[in-house]
Amino acid sequence: MMNKQGRATTGSGGHHMDIETISGDRGLDHEEPLIFELGRAGKCGVDLPDLEIKHDRLGGLRRRGQIGLPGLSEPEVVRHFVRLSRKNYAIDAGLYPLGSCTMKHNPRLNEKMARLPGFADIHPLQPVSTVQGALALIEELAFWLKTLTNMPAVAMSPKAGAHGEQCGLKTIKAAHKARGEKRSVILVPESAHGTNPATAALVGYTVEEVPANERGRVDVEALKAKLGPHVAAVMLTNPNTCGLFENDMRAIADAVHKAGAYFYCDGANFNAIVGKVRPGDLGIDAMHINLHKTFSTPHGGGGPGAGPVVLSAALAPFAPLPLIVHDAGGFRLVEDKADAKARDAKPFGRMCAFHGQMGMFVRALAYMISHGADGLAQVAEDAVLNANYILASLKDVMSAPFGKGPCMHEALFDDTFLKDTGVTTLDIAKALIDEGYHPMTMYFPLVVHGAMLIEPTETESKRSLDEFVAVMRGLVEKAKGNDKSRFQGAPFLAPRRRLDETAAARKPILRWTPPAPKAQAAE
Amino acid sequence: MSETRYTKDHEWVRVDGGVATVGITQYAAEQLGDVVFVELPKVGKAVEKGGEAAVVESVKAASEVYAPISGEIVEVNGAIEGEPAKVNAEPMGGGWFIKLKVKDAAEVSALMTEAQYQDYVKGL
Amino acid sequence: MRYLPLTEADRRTMLGVIGAKSVDDLFRDVPQEAYLTTLVDLPMHAGEIEVERQLGRLAAKNVSAGAVPFFVGAGAYRHHVPASVDHLIQRSEFLTSYTPYQPEIAQGTLQYLFEFQTQVALLTGMEVANASMYDGSTGATEAVLMAARVTGKKRVVLSGNLHPHYVETIRTTAETAGLEIVTGKPAPAAGETADHLVDDQTACLVVQNPDFFGNLRDITPLSDATHAKGALLIAVVTEVVSLGAVTPPGEMGADIVVAEGQSVGNPLNFGGPYVGLFATRQKFVRQMPGRLVGETADVDGRRGYVLTLSTREQHIRREKATSNICTNSGLCSLAFTIHLALLGEEGFARLAALSHERAVMTADRLSKVKGVELVTPTFFNEFTLKLPKPTAEVVEKLAKEHVLGGVPASRLLPHDKSLTNHLIVAATELTTPQDIDAFAAALTKVLT
Repeated sequence: MMNKQGRATTGSGGHHMDIETISGDRGLDHEEPLIFELGRAGKCGVDLPDLEIKHDRLGGLRRRGQIGLPGLSEPEVVRHFVRLSRKNYAIDAGLYPLGSCTMKHNPRLNEKMARLPGFADIHPLQPVSTVQGALALIEELAFWLKTLTNMPAVAMSPKAGAHGEQCGLKTIKAAHKARGEKRSVILVPESAHGTNPATAALVGYTVEEVPANERGRVDVEALKAKLGPHVAAVMLTNPNTCGLFENDMRAIADAVHKAGAYFYCDGANFNAIVGKVRPGDLGIDAMHINLHKTFSTPHGGGGPGAGPVVLSAALAPFAPLPLIVHDAGGFRLVEDKADAKARDAKPFGRMCAFHGQMGMFVRALAYMISHGADGLAQVAEDAVLNANYILASLKDVMSAPFGKGPCMHEALFDDTFLKDTGVTTLDIAKALIDEGYHPMTMYFPLVVHGAMLIEPTETESKRSLDEFVAVMRGLVEKAKGNDKSRFQGAPFLAPRRRLDETAAARKPILRWTPPAPKAQAAE
Repeated sequence: MSETRYTKDHEWVRVDGGVATVGITQYAAEQLGDVVFVELPKVGKAVEKGGEAAVVESVKAASEVYAPISGEIVEVNGAIEGEPAKVNAEPMGGGWFIKLKVKDAAEVSALMTEAQYQDYVKGL
Repeated sequence: MRYLPLTEADRRTMLGVIGAKSVDDLFRDVPQEAYLTTLVDLPMHAGEIEVERQLGRLAAKNVSAGAVPFFVGAGAYRHHVPASVDHLIQRSEFLTSYTPYQPEIAQGTLQYLFEFQTQVALLTGMEVANASMYDGSTGATEAVLMAARVTGKKRVVLSGNLHPHYVETIRTTAETAGLEIVTGKPAPAAGETADHLVDDQTACLVVQNPDFFGNLRDITPLSDATHAKGALLIAVVTEVVSLGAVTPPGEMGADIVVAEGQSVGNPLNFGGPYVGLFATRQKFVRQMPGRLVGETADVDGRRGYVLTLSTREQHIRREKATSNICTNSGLCSLAFTIHLALLGEEGFARLAALSHERAVMTADRLSKVKGVELVTPTFFNEFTLKLPKPTAEVVEKLAKEHVLGGVPASRLLPHDKSLTNHLIVAATELTTPQDIDAFAAALTKVLT
């Protein structure tokens, strides 16, 4: 059998795996110790000047005893982290179809812009007169976000999506308080991401779940039945976690507002509609935007993100500090409640020290200016087109619970097609690793059994999608053909095979500790 | 010792001399997978029927263990805190969770019998 | 458009496979009245040259710290970041990977996070640390919520000398979560003013060391007093480099240590992104917020790392999670880990000693300026001066003299009239004797 490059594929099940190397390394894949095992006392990877004065003003608090940090030279440090890096999958290296995560290309221009000294090397508490360009940039980004969402205000400081959710719900809590109302319940659809109920609980609300209908959307009648004077807000993801547009948005918004509640939208999936649909036109009161999803700031192995929250006119006065205002003297920062009050604002408080994720703002704005109004609409169109292409190319061999109509930016499958094969969703995911792919999102959303959620994003070429489809179809064929062995032990070809998570959780080892001193030899 | 009774939440109860031993069923232990952690209540705490009595966790799931009947906690199984695997190995025996002083014996007899529970599980 | 690989021909072919007439057909679930048929009112796409020009213009309107004598601190500090740090964090495999949900192909991220957790535990003198929080202020907030979970109490006492932004951040989240916040009065020259507020209903006392004004203190007596009431002591460190010179909070009885890690490996970035460090005692590990990486082995017995104790987290526990955090500060924690690996024991101690030395030199020089008084006798790299004039005007005038000369206490505490003339000044290893001379000269000029 020949693979797509025309190279012979080993027929005997990859017997190269059996070769034992002397080093334990395998070609480019090096076993790498921890820095604590590599380091030696007396080495240092930086050269700093000598001290000039000997006395200190530490008031007797000088550290006694060693910290225990290892000493390494610069080449050793560089090699260590380069070797570690090669054990990671990355969007730069291949399709990363992780549903609801929007793993798109991260332009390097954004990185270059964020590193301009005028942005990277300025302090949040410098005199405001010396950071006029930085404040102008934040205002410019705010303008783009407000225009794209048709919302009148935006709170810029939240540091990630979950932090944005918190900000949005606190704004809602403050708005109700200002009306003298105390409401205690947030309605969340059962398909919601786990952060939604976690955030609601953190802000002091109790959570009630709203069921989905057979079309994968919120059951509007069930939602209406749950509305009442105790409900503070409805928290909805749109497009939802099944990759579908909630087509009853207006009806939901009207019902929510009629009940005196607010409509919160989780904007994690904004990539599907950017430039095509403005959430403000759907009756939304608050929505966080994950700049690290829609606007391409890198995920960085889990952050940093940024989660600005756009707000309706009803909620705008309650946005948190700091506020940026513009007057004759230029841009000014309002960092104090009394100062805000003098401007008729009633900020609910502060989400974090300083002014938010400036480094992410620069990257996101570079991305937005690069795309422009035309490019951003094309982003949404291509993201949706790519996902529907995946859906159309796989639904005959896999099972798509909501596959009758189009999806938005991600295609959802369940594990019905694996019935009686002995192969699970997890097995498919791990086999994909051997095929050179990062798996799709698994077992989420919870509303379908054995979910596989595939989000290709707009930055994949047709060729890339065709290759992925061919691999998926091949795997499905193997699974249905009872070829369990290639699944259940997978991955075979990654830097590590399946790891024992049970052992890790039963007896957690959360840090390196020095080996016990060797016992004296008996003789 | 009375016969073992069961709840729809997959707890079992066995009463001996006014004290009920409570654990999770074989079915629950299998559904949960490898148990990695249990959180047990304090001795002396009063629990209501249906209230949260303990927490049991696997790698990817956390579940509440509900009190099948009302009563006061008189003993907890420290052995499963140190060795959670016992819950998988002997769910109906050494992997028990709590002992309760029975407040109302009628609450026990209202629970499912072995045969009823087996039928219930078959229907899931 | 350079970032979009599909051609018009591709799009037509793909629509054919899907069986849709047009892309609009795929958006048919959108209510018609909300579906835009024209472009939003924003500029059209732009090439790299144009983007660089536009953003370069904005960047040029700011005075960057490296361009002038620079003494601004109060929670963010300008240290040198070695060139290899920024190179390594921009490797594709670190920069463009997601949270390590598939450990078999994310060992790079998982191993450095394990190294990060170990470094943080060692620095703070604690037993365990998590894989980072957003920043110091949100980390401190999470610490307060954790203390309430551990103790089952709802009263939270904050030191008067805790960074005012941290106070406001904690208050904002803790109050909506149903906790009661009590604060001490800011006191740049006196001892702690909040410890007497701790009673047996108190969940925790939060103290900063060195504090907002720069004071360095032995917090052991505070932790003893706090523990005597059954409360936890949370120690906040906003300048993590101090831990290279100073006794760590873990050795002074802290139960939770939260730090802003920006100083190591991360630029000032106008306030973010930064990286929150969070460490505690082993016995509290299941009450911790945030991601944790643990060591384990794969089926072939090879050592590897996984995210662990996930049942604390939102994706499993939903409304019962210890925190709602998911994305944290991955790449900033990588920069921290690499920079600290480069420094090592010796380099980190040297960095701390140099920062202290430059601050001592600055304090000695500035307190010779007429009318200027040093308020904080013991400090690490930051101290407070009392000036004969309101500092808000002074720093603006200093800026006109091309010196960024510290933070007026009144910027963060505008309602405390006793602090109108207080200036908080920071130095690091990047502060030169020439910078100090320029500052002293400018200050003399501005004050006369």
